[in-house]
Amino acid sequence: MSGLQIDEAPTTGDEVISNYTINFGPQHPAAHGVLRMVMELDGEIIERIDPHVGLLHRGTEKLIEHKTYLQALPYFDRLDYCSPLGMEYSYVLAVEKLLNIEVPERAQYLRVMFAELTRICNHMLNLGSHVMDVGAMTPNLWMFEVREDCLNFFERASGARMHSAWFRPGGVHQDVPLKLLTDIDEWCAGRLPELFGDAMKLIVDNRIFKQRNVDIAHVNKEDAIAWGFSGPMIRAAGIPWDIRKSQPYDVYDRMEFDIPVGTNSDCYDRFMVRVKEVYESAKIIRQCVAEMPEGPIASTDGKVSPPKRGEMKQSMEALIHHFKLYTEGFHVPAGEVYVATESPKGEFGVYLVSDGSNKPYRCKIRPTAFSHLQAMDFMCKGHMLPDATAILGAIDVVFGECDR
Amino acid sequence: MSKVLHSAPKIASNEGVLDALTAALGDMVVASKEEHGEIVLTIARDRIEDALRDLRDNHEYQQLMEIAGADYPDREERFEVVYMLLSLTKNHRIMAKVSAAESTPVPTVTTLWPNAGWLEREVFDMYGVIFDGNTDLRRILTDYGFEGHPFRKDFPLTGYVELRYSEEEKRVVYEPVELPQDLRQFDFMSPWEGAEYILPGDEKAEGEGDAKA
Repeated sequence: MSGLQIDEAPTTGDEVISNYTINFGPQHPAAHGVLRMVMELDGEIIERIDPHVGLLHRGTEKLIEHKTYLQALPYFDRLDYCSPLGMEYSYVLAVEKLLNIEVPERAQYLRVMFAELTRICNHMLNLGSHVMDVGAMTPNLWMFEVREDCLNFFERASGARMHSAWFRPGGVHQDVPLKLLTDIDEWCAGRLPELFGDAMKLIVDNRIFKQRNVDIAHVNKEDAIAWGFSGPMIRAAGIPWDIRKSQPYDVYDRMEFDIPVGTNSDCYDRFMVRVKEVYESAKIIRQCVAEMPEGPIASTDGKVSPPKRGEMKQSMEALIHHFKLYTEGFHVPAGEVYVATESPKGEFGVYLVSDGSNKPYRCKIRPTAFSHLQAMDFMCKGHMLPDATAILGAIDVVFGECDR
Repeated sequence: MSKVLHSAPKIASNEGVLDALTAALGDMVVASKEEHGEIVLTIARDRIEDALRDLRDNHEYQQLMEIAGADYPDREERFEVVYMLLSLTKNHRIMAKVSAAESTPVPTVTTLWPNAGWLEREVFDMYGVIFDGNTDLRRILTDYGFEGHPFRKDFPLTGYVELRYSEEEKRVVYEPVELPQDLRQFDFMSPWEGAEYILPGDEKAEGEGDAKA
């Protein structure tokens, strides 16, 4: 071993490892659609995230400016395609606020009831995909069963499983058969808690699920307010803020329900808030079925809601109304309103400017995901790369709504 | 105010709020109104940050829910930037707005709310309103390398370019929009209520009339 010489000290100096940047999405199953995130990583720790949105931008707001108020409605179904009726709700209320028309009680009950059914439907998809993002497969399949039931109810009410276009300014499009109401009531009492309870039993106390979610992306109250959080995101932070309760619309002020709030403000709390909300929604639906009165399902103002088919065969005026509504549409008094409702994902708002004509002059949509996704960088900082999917799942983003 | 018949979200009473706020904000307020149950304060453009800070810190409007742009091409300062504020404690909402032209930047409010960043980026992207002080004023919703501001009223609904996958170049290419038929605008506004129709061929008739006279 005479030739061996040691020139340098055997320990090497600290090697400088530079951060590297990876691209997450836009075609990644955990990206919940088309989200592209440029991530700067230090090893497996996230240093910075720059979410790129807009890959699903379709110019909905511009299209709405070129349509009459009624023609603009179906665009809202296509925003958050996981909770279509929740989207329509803000829009019809905004139009009604400008028109200042009265909505019959039965229609108000029907809208509340189906908005809550939408909430269940939405949460099934979100909770299911959240558990799948963190590695569990089975509960998702079970919850799709529940979602399937919801979609069947939508189909029986409106004829369409997803894009219902069922809420209309002044009420709803069609009345529902009594059998549908009793079926939904029975479902809320039996099948829903059974299936959903089974699925949740697998998850909520699961060790792996908790390891992936507890204490991930902690957001304190001040930050939640400053970042414009709403819906389950702000409630998980311990702030009991729910527009259904504090600024009730339609018949929400007659409903008895609780607002679940979180204590730890992490991904697990966000998940659990949604789980509790499903049961509260079922409670509201059952109250609606019990209290719903008989009566008209759309405004009796012939200038806003179309006449019945039978009437059209008899009355000249009804025929004229029908023709005018489906060609010219109704005129909305000039003015501007901002109406926000509690969509399943948070505050979904519509800023509607009317110039007095038959088309909206400007219709700005306030998506829930925009504020939440913007906080992605702030929430992910210092967490591991696989946590990003859990955080994203707990935000509940849908890009149809975020990108509009 | 006329009787409220609609069933839109009920916020805390507007009574006295408008007067109190205009008095508190003083000369920062250019105009104010209460219509359709909405309180709208128009703020001087260069004072918007101060005004919103005052509203946030002294009047409990903690959350900035939305910044909306709007385009009114007839006005001297054609754009409007509308800030929707929400008070969680007072259970109340107000709107504050400023007007702006293409060449007059609006002071940023990212200093007050971190979520204003993207909201301002969106208004910039869609309308071309510049926010002074926003350090990250990139486009947000439109494509990488997009030109123009699509929500302006003079931007055509069809846009200027369309995308296609080119088999020769093996990538997606941009091309000028080519419509096989004209975009049809079904405007059914009643001619008795102010709609002005210029039917194709009308201008010829007028020209002939002039020639005869």
